[in-house]
Amino acid sequence: MYASFLTDLAAAFPTVLVAVLGIVVVLYDSFRNDAPAIPWITGGGIAVALALELLHLGDPGEPILWNQLYAGGFASYVNSVILLGAFASVILSVPYLKRINRNYGEVHALILFATCGMMVLASSASLVSVFVGLETMSICLYVLTGLVREEPTANESALKYFLLGAFSTGFFLYGIALIYGATGTMVLAEMPAELEATGRTGFMYAGLALLLIGFFFKVSAVPFHMWTPDVYQGAPTTITGFMSTTSKAAAFAALILVLSQAMKGAELVAQWSVVIAAVAAVTMILGNVLAISQTNVKRMLAYSSVAHAGYVLTGLAAGTPEGYSGALYYLLAYTLMNLGAFGVMAALEWDDEQGAEQTLDSLAGVGYRKPILGVTMGVFMFALTGFPPLAGFIGKYMVFAAVVDSGDTWLAFVGVTASIVSAFYYLRVLVAFWMRSEEDSPERVRQSAFPVSNLTALVLVGCAVALLFFGVLPGGVLETTQSFFVEAAVAFGG
Amino acid sequence: MDFLASLPHLVSWVIFLPAIGALVLLFVPSDNAVRWTSLGVTVLTFLISLGLWAGFDAEALSATGPQLVEQVQWFPGVDITYFVGIDGLNLLLILLTTLLGPIIVLSSWTYIGKQIKGYYALLLILETGVLGVFASFDLFLFYIFFELTLIPMYFIIGIWGGENRIYAAVKFVIYTLFGSLLMLVGVLWLGFAAGDAVNDGVFTTNWYTLVSYSIPLGAQTWLFLLFALAFCIKVPLFPFHTWLPDAHVQAPTGGSVVLAGVLLKMGTYGLVRFCLPFFPNAAQTFAWPIAILALIGIVYGALVAYAQEDAKKLVAYSSVAHLGFVVLGIFAFTTEALQGAMIQMVNHGLSTGALFLIIGMLYERRHTRLMADYGGIAKSVPILTFFMVFSVLASVGLPGLNGFVGEFLILLGTFKSEVIGGWAITLIATTGVIFAAVYLLTMLYKTFYGELDKDSPNATMPDLNAREIGLLLPLAVLMFWLGFGPAPFLEKSERTVNLLLETIETKRIAAIEAEREAVVALPLSADDLP
Repeated sequence: MYASFLTDLAAAFPTVLVAVLGIVVVLYDSFRNDAPAIPWITGGGIAVALALELLHLGDPGEPILWNQLYAGGFASYVNSVILLGAFASVILSVPYLKRINRNYGEVHALILFATCGMMVLASSASLVSVFVGLETMSICLYVLTGLVREEPTANESALKYFLLGAFSTGFFLYGIALIYGATGTMVLAEMPAELEATGRTGFMYAGLALLLIGFFFKVSAVPFHMWTPDVYQGAPTTITGFMSTTSKAAAFAALILVLSQAMKGAELVAQWSVVIAAVAAVTMILGNVLAISQTNVKRMLAYSSVAHAGYVLTGLAAGTPEGYSGALYYLLAYTLMNLGAFGVMAALEWDDEQGAEQTLDSLAGVGYRKPILGVTMGVFMFALTGFPPLAGFIGKYMVFAAVVDSGDTWLAFVGVTASIVSAFYYLRVLVAFWMRSEEDSPERVRQSAFPVSNLTALVLVGCAVALLFFGVLPGGVLETTQSFFVEAAVAFGG
Repeated sequence: MDFLASLPHLVSWVIFLPAIGALVLLFVPSDNAVRWTSLGVTVLTFLISLGLWAGFDAEALSATGPQLVEQVQWFPGVDITYFVGIDGLNLLLILLTTLLGPIIVLSSWTYIGKQIKGYYALLLILETGVLGVFASFDLFLFYIFFELTLIPMYFIIGIWGGENRIYAAVKFVIYTLFGSLLMLVGVLWLGFAAGDAVNDGVFTTNWYTLVSYSIPLGAQTWLFLLFALAFCIKVPLFPFHTWLPDAHVQAPTGGSVVLAGVLLKMGTYGLVRFCLPFFPNAAQTFAWPIAILALIGIVYGALVAYAQEDAKKLVAYSSVAHLGFVVLGIFAFTTEALQGAMIQMVNHGLSTGALFLIIGMLYERRHTRLMADYGGIAKSVPILTFFMVFSVLASVGLPGLNGFVGEFLILLGTFKSEVIGGWAITLIATTGVIFAAVYLLTMLYKTFYGELDKDSPNATMPDLNAREIGLLLPLAVLMFWLGFGPAPFLEKSERTVNLLLETIETKRIAAIEAEREAVVALPLSADDLP
């Protein structure tokens, strides 16, 4: 028993490493307050964990630790995406936090704990791990949101996030309880057989509905998106980038695991795919339409990330292996482009007052002053709109293909229509960056000289190049994500 | 030229050489070096593309694949490939694009005064996009290049354009995106349906596989509408044309030349390449409505062009009229008309391109495009006037110049057509030719002839310099050549056009018979028996 515990622990080593590192950072920080080495320890540890996960990408996934977690395959892929996002966020945060005078050591500890929670969430094999991972992640994010503690808006957004998050946790737990009541098990892979044995489908439907509400809240799908704009706007920008990408990737991964393993009975699929399709349609339309009227770029990006949750949900609504693998590809593309966009916005905040009013007007002509930010922002905006040959396009293409194949062509039509709407506001950012003259921006902004740190530039260029690379040659990633669902039994070991 | 034809990966080199040039530009320091590098890259691309002309054997073209073909697996598990090649439909358009490349670079030499490196890099990327559109034999690849052209054009209009450039740039992108994204759903549906029917259940976007699939009539209708909408917006067919005058007037000269010369052809080319052979029944059903829209475009474009005071806007509206002709030729379903449409695409690129170039040269000298600000300048700038008269006459369709060949073939083919035929339609289209003569010659008269005001800057305007003559001369030579001896050009596309029309006819009849059999078979199915 202990032998298997040790090998299992070895298989989950990246997750363990991140957790241990978090504890180390907390301890180190309490002896050497806000030591400059902390970000580098954090970044280095995350990079090691990322490398380890990438090594296990090709392994068949198998349940470990008494059916609580998965290791390898699917889990490695999503964990890699999460760690990639966390790594980029940490690097982007270093100059940013210094600039806004919030260079706290505990930020990095919180990022590490949140990342650990996300990894547990994304590789969970049972509803217990789903819940533990979700809460670990969420609590860290609540704190990170309120990082600028003197600022009333930051406090407001943290409190809002916390209260609504706690509310959704209630739904989530109730859902877990009902599903346990229906099946008598917490292990996802055992649920279909148990459900057949008990026949309590009514409980199952109710439980799944509540569970979905919890998930919809976490991925900010309409109508559970109300918190998103305030929270994303109020949080420090690199933290917004972190939570808008990695936490969504983790929550979506868990949702895919729940749907593809526990809810795979044909009758169940028919029920939930309708619900998810409807939510996806509303999310895509409303997210994009609401983004149009925003003048604050951070807020606009918040609504855009609501809309992008809709696109991922579109892939899930297909309820097919193609849909799941398309959604997984989308998560990688989304992480790169959204993190990049928030990274650019963070680099454009050059004093602690300016961030709150980063409007399109204040950005007029900024591309000429900082070409590196302007060019990479161009890539991110076009990728978010879904222009080929960038990864954002392939992502949309895969999820739309999945719903067309599964017979829901209408959802693809809704999706492309929403994309046309989105082009309008994404292009407006580029209008501000490149097509308007600097004279249009306020004098205070015009006069301030601000450097772009080399690290930031490196991460942004890296994201942009990766978007281009995965867009032109998506084969490798697609083959990987498709392999998880070819024979679900093999990929998940269950 | 023959040794060029034997180059490995010739088509790919032609497509991607400009993009590689754009990358090189990033490391070029001075503005002048940027100009010369761009010129070098575009000239090299043109020279290499001549190998396509030499390597393409029109007579030997088979119905199962293009020539100079390159095909590489791209996506895992589905039949999406990097598939490029040459046939009679795309050869001339590719050569037109590569020819316009250096001309556009030269025309922007002094016109573009800011952010020179960015401008030329975008121009080169745009050329790669357009070449990719024409060379693709995979629908997915085509779509990628089709969308890729939007990004550089958006910036070219939006950064280097006139007063109202932002509005024009956003309008341009949103209009095109509206059509092409809806088409994307059609592409997906078609890929799955064709995959199930003729490709062992594997999703496919291979052009030849898709052509071999006879789509049920009901599905044809809505798929055709999706595809045709995307392409008709791009053409632009009346009433989707409103983005064009804005884009043209605001764009810098180089942008206008690309737009008129080749970007609009992506729409008409798409109609020929995809709409007709994929959806033959629906295409013939909708041939009348589309022909009527084309006719409205011809007459309306001409009338609106006549009313313009801005010379560039006049030429922009004349594009609407001229491309109406091309669309008419496409939907006539006869060899003559389709041949005429193919050659007219090239003609329009040459003559309208030249008109935009000359108006751009005038604008560089006087910073106005209003015809009222000119008058009698034939005396002060005789060489410029010569090229203007030449291009206007070509555009009007004077026999002996290129415009005549295309328009004549289209009118002839339309007259003979069984689908949209008849004297009435030909008559209305012919009035369009007369209208074109009226508004273009009026422009010529207002701007170049009449009294020259001795005190105005018009009198002291410098005539064309060597660079400007050098970039107009090839266009003039080709206008003359295509008008006097079009046979070598028409020969290149003849077999392809005939093969295409045969395929269309066979598929059309097959689909109708399949439908009839389905209707006959219906009562015999076991479920329907009492």
